[in-house]
Amino acid sequence: MSSEIADAKPTDLPKVSSGSAVVIHPRWVRITHWINVIAMFVMITSGWRIYNASPLFAFTFPPAITIGDALDGLPGALLWHFAAMWLLAVNGATYVALGILTGRFRRKLLPIRPMDVIRDLSAALTGKLSHDDLSVYNAVQRLLYAGVIAAGVVAVASGVSIWKPVQFQEVAAVFGGYDAARFVHFFAMATIVGFLLIHITLAILVPKSLRAMILGR
Amino acid sequence: MEPEERLMSKARKVIPGVDPKLLIKDAAKLLPNPARRLFLRGATSLGAITLLTGCDIVDEESAAKALLTISRFNDRVQALLFNPDKLAPTYPESAITRPFPFNGYYPEEDAPEVDGETYMLEVGGLVENKKPWTLEELYALPQEKQITRHVCVEGWSAIGSWTGTPLRDFLKRVGADLTAKYVWFQCAEGYSNTIDMPTALHPQTQMTFRFDNEILPRKYGFPMKIRIPTKLGFKNPKYVIGMHVLNQDLGGYWEDRGYNWFSGI
Ligand code: HEM
Repeated sequence: MSSEIADAKPTDLPKVSSGSAVVIHPRWVRITHWINVIAMFVMITSGWRIYNASPLFAFTFPPAITIGDALDGLPGALLWHFAAMWLLAVNGATYVALGILTGRFRRKLLPIRPMDVIRDLSAALTGKLSHDDLSVYNAVQRLLYAGVIAAGVVAVASGVSIWKPVQFQEVAAVFGGYDAARFVHFFAMATIVGFLLIHITLAILVPKSLRAMILGR
Repeated sequence: MEPEERLMSKARKVIPGVDPKLLIKDAAKLLPNPARRLFLRGATSLGAITLLTGCDIVDEESAAKALLTISRFNDRVQALLFNPDKLAPTYPESAITRPFPFNGYYPEEDAPEVDGETYMLEVGGLVENKKPWTLEELYALPQEKQITRHVCVEGWSAIGSWTGTPLRDFLKRVGADLTAKYVWFQCAEGYSNTIDMPTALHPQTQMTFRFDNEILPRKYGFPMKIRIPTKLGFKNPKYVIGMHVLNQDLGGYWEDRGYNWFSGI
């Protein structure tokens, strides 16, 4: 099969196999992205269950969409949350470190200019935004991705503050102390969930972008 | 489990003024250790999700085991993070939460009523002097006040004022083996906690006799509570009637029900 193709189009071979020109998302981005999906799913759904034990607002999350069903839901949810946090933190740190070191963040996410965001947003809403070149993020994508990465960092830092408000009291103080850090943690979650609603919708609307995030091209 | 029950029935004999019905009710709760069963249920919702997606990758029992293994790993991480010299932040009187919330696994009316006249603190395990202590003797110990934040595993927090004697001074006074691993506390209603020795020796870990400058009221743990501002609220036992220095981990009420053992903050 592959030799057939090679025979048919010998000149194309080196380009396809060496790959760097056509790979849109390198392997490390795809692996960390999908691990992050699992980690975020567990963190968010168990986090909702933990929230229910002492709600910050006049609502709770339906238990059916949470995980950690033990007792009043709390011990199980905490076990899930404090297990998945390692996956989230190690995977997230790997992604952010490689994003900075390889220059991917600088190349793909910067610059973010307000005028470009407005232009690309109105183009997107009127159906005129081109998705021909998946290797270049438009201004709206840049803003969303940079924003969700920042929200992830805030979620982890505020999470550390409410997990260890004595040992890491200096971090908690940055957020205004234990009680304030709980609110920050909640809003970081809300930001990520808001991002996800848009993000998943867009991935479904532009299936070739999903393909690229799975297969690399 | 067994040593706990044994000591609990002993506690029933030595502590007058404790409602035996409450003790029995609680012992019944302790009997079938439900932790494992609960985890299995805990994993069910994830099981449901994997069913929905059509692949049963998560075997419920192994998920429960894995979660408990990670929780024990988290115990070790927290022991490493614990800095014996790091003090919990303290607050001014004006920051005290009023009214300070009552919290327990039973309603306030069911809180144990310990008779201060006949109360005896049992001291056991790896200590030189096992003489039980009357409340009068305990009150005569040097006392300190702290205004610190109580953080509940549920997420809420409240600032309170606690006065009592540093546990580490008491442990030295009774000739406790400070190289032992654990201190185990028994409470009048059958509640119990095991804490690590480094936390027991932390300068702010306190045998508390007063709340907000008043004799510790029944709802906050009369006659004695162990105040540990470096641990979650459930690791701050109230109505304490026994203290044992041990090398064996006897667990505790919530710890046996799936909450993380170290529960440091
Ligand atoms: C089922 C859930 C998800 C799906 C289907 C999905 C899909 C995708 C797709 C298709 C891309 C590439 C899109 C493009 O070319 O613009 C992408 C990129 C990205 N996704 Fe997701 N995603 C999901 C969940 C998440 C979650 C939970 C987060 C973070 C909280 C996240 C953060 C990102 C980021 C930061 C990028 C850009 C990565 C980079 O270029 O370095 N995604 N996702």
